[in-house]
Amino acid sequence: MKRLSVVDVNLCVGCQCCMMACNRRFGEGGIAESAIQIKSIGGVERGFIVMVCRACKDPPCMKVCPTNALTKRPGGGVILNHSKCIGCKRCAETCIIDAISWDESVEKPVICVHCGYCTDYCEYDVIKMEEVK
Amino acid sequence: MNDTLSNILHIDLSRKRFWTEDRNELFNEMIGGSGVAINLLEQECPKGIDPLAPENPIILAVGPLTGLYPIASKTVAMFKSPLTGNLGESHCGGRSAVAIRFAGYGAIIIKGASETPVYLSIHGDKVRFRDASVIWNMANSYTVGRILREKESGSGIRSIMRIGRAGENQVSYASVVTETYRHFGRLGLGAVFGSKQLKALVISGKKNIPVSDMKGYRETYKEIFKLLSTAEMRKYHELGTSMNIIPLNKLGALPAKNLQTSKFENAEAISGETFEKNFLGRRVSCAHCPVACIHLAALREAYESEPYFYKTEMISYDYELIYALGSMLGITSPQALLKLMDEVEILGLDAMSTGVALAWATEAQQKEIITTKETNGLKLKWNDEESYSKAINYIAAQVNEFYKTLGKGVTYASSKYGGKEFALAFGGNEMPGYHTGPATHLGFLIGSRHSHLDGAGYSIDQKALAKNSKPSATEIIDKLIEEEAWRQILSSLVICFFARGIYKPELISKAFKPIGKEFTEEQLKTIGLRILKQKYRFKKREGFSLKNLEIPERIFQTETPSGKLSKEIFNEGLKIAELKLTSI
Ligand code: SF4
Ligand code: SF4
Ligand code: SF4
Repeated sequence: MKRLSVVDVNLCVGCQCCMMACNRRFGEGGIAESAIQIKSIGGVERGFIVMVCRACKDPPCMKVCPTNALTKRPGGGVILNHSKCIGCKRCAETCIIDAISWDESVEKPVICVHCGYCTDYCEYDVIKMEEVK
Repeated sequence: MNDTLSNILHIDLSRKRFWTEDRNELFNEMIGGSGVAINLLEQECPKGIDPLAPENPIILAVGPLTGLYPIASKTVAMFKSPLTGNLGESHCGGRSAVAIRFAGYGAIIIKGASETPVYLSIHGDKVRFRDASVIWNMANSYTVGRILREKESGSGIRSIMRIGRAGENQVSYASVVTETYRHFGRLGLGAVFGSKQLKALVISGKKNIPVSDMKGYRETYKEIFKLLSTAEMRKYHELGTSMNIIPLNKLGALPAKNLQTSKFENAEAISGETFEKNFLGRRVSCAHCPVACIHLAALREAYESEPYFYKTEMISYDYELIYALGSMLGITSPQALLKLMDEVEILGLDAMSTGVALAWATEAQQKEIITTKETNGLKLKWNDEESYSKAINYIAAQVNEFYKTLGKGVTYASSKYGGKEFALAFGGNEMPGYHTGPATHLGFLIGSRHSHLDGAGYSIDQKALAKNSKPSATEIIDKLIEEEAWRQILSSLVICFFARGIYKPELISKAFKPIGKEFTEEQLKTIGLRILKQKYRFKKREGFSLKNLEIPERIFQTETPSGKLSKEIFNEGLKIAELKLTSI
């Protein structure tokens, strides 16, 4: 199984092409449904942070979900069952690296499924897919 | 969900009101960006107004491909220019374009003037007029950015446009800085912000853009993305535009010391190569552009009064800045040059106009047209970074009559003090860094913005040099107009001009399909020409004429790579342009 990993954040130029790519998986242009977020560390001159799920083996977000909408993904991280999710935001609050994005239009979390689509659109090798045992 | 492109946000700063208006027909017909903006400008800007009057509208427009495809990343600003008195147009990247698009607008029109300093906070549908008294008068535009970053939401997806002291004091070539390092630089948008007491505009949003053919969209996206990683684009990421300093200097086309010469003996010291080797600290990109052409130099400076104290500034450099604040002023030290660039950024000035203004002032002082009485005690001379740094601050602060005059551009300053022969402005806009031959200067003269980016005359010259040919006036004018007309399409789609070789008509048609729009190559070309004509119509309405254009004598005195320029080609060229551009 594979997971998305952040190789070297110093290489990031802040282009946000990864965000747009993730959103495109759902067929629309934008960022509202992106599971990966890029922010500057207080001004672009200081560089960027990449906020995305790091595929915990024992996911804290899953444990706090009151409806069991989150289940373990083989290879780390979680899978979200949309119909079970009640949009309580507990998962997002529990993930201390803020890797859970929020889709305001449906009030549901957006969590990386480690599909790797975004990595094809990072020109600077900041993110890549990595084999996990 | 519907595409919100045709939504226009109207803001009235006088009455602190805002409303939206749907202009579907306008966006369908004129695409977006420049095409939409020139129509809005014609409608919203009353004839003959003072550019600094509340009636002058600020129009910001983005395009249909923004947020959908890479590098459609510019915002087009249109207004009546306080520098030239006619068409004001300036393009800026950063996060501005995607932020406006995702906030749910295709254009924003700001009119009126506030009685007290204000900043606009726009997050999606929420628009707030916020008191900006505490940040008005703040000396440093970086600090303003920092404060707004703390105060406002939308971290990572917002754009923060703001003015510096120069904009507050309505210097005619004050800029608007966004995200730090990107600018609405040319033609004085900063002064128009200042005249409205509008200190800043923060905008963010998260609206998605619907696509009708998802598969087609993903495929076309992939194709465009691939094209953007070819060598043609990589060069902007590698050394960046500053790669041109050495070759243009070798050619004898790099204006130096107010174009007293077109070869700068110290070009090597301020070249892209030098900056890369000794200073390059980071490269960053505009949102949704994989190219990352923004080069930031790290400059470590010691505090004079405090031992062991240092600060490291990140300063953005580019070809045009190196020319205007470097070779034009005879600056030989890269550190000194970086400091001047930093000063200009802090104060919110257009680097090109500022550099050319200082170069004119230096020569004027050499020739004793002005004295230390005018310059506030400064003895301006080439390579004197300290005096230049002070002079830049004097312009921004408008300390005396002379700096107030110089703050209106070199055309105006030379009309008061003399020295027109060496006042390097075209159509009232200060000269960009190319002395490549007749086409570049004809381009500055007839371009609707009087910018090197209008018709890219420098490229016509360089191609002619390579082929050892001498194009006629007609050939040059035809090429300039053809190029400028086509670029109207790029700037209506708000595609960065660096990608002009990639977004060809065919690819543009293809990109439109998945969003259910159709434009043929023929249609695009017709619209392009129409936009250019409309711009000229606006210019004429505001009193511009190709007939009474003044050409600074200096360009005929200094050698170009193809020798000295002949006046005939200019007389002829302007006549031809007059015919072609006004018959439209
Ligand atoms: S979302 Fe956060 S807590 Fe949950 S698996 Fe990913 S990194 Fe771990
Ligand atoms: S791996 Fe897939 S789900 Fe995760 S951020 Fe990238 S594109 Fe989105
Ligand atoms: S695509 Fe790569 S370089 Fe661009 S923002 Fe994402 S991680 Fe950074």
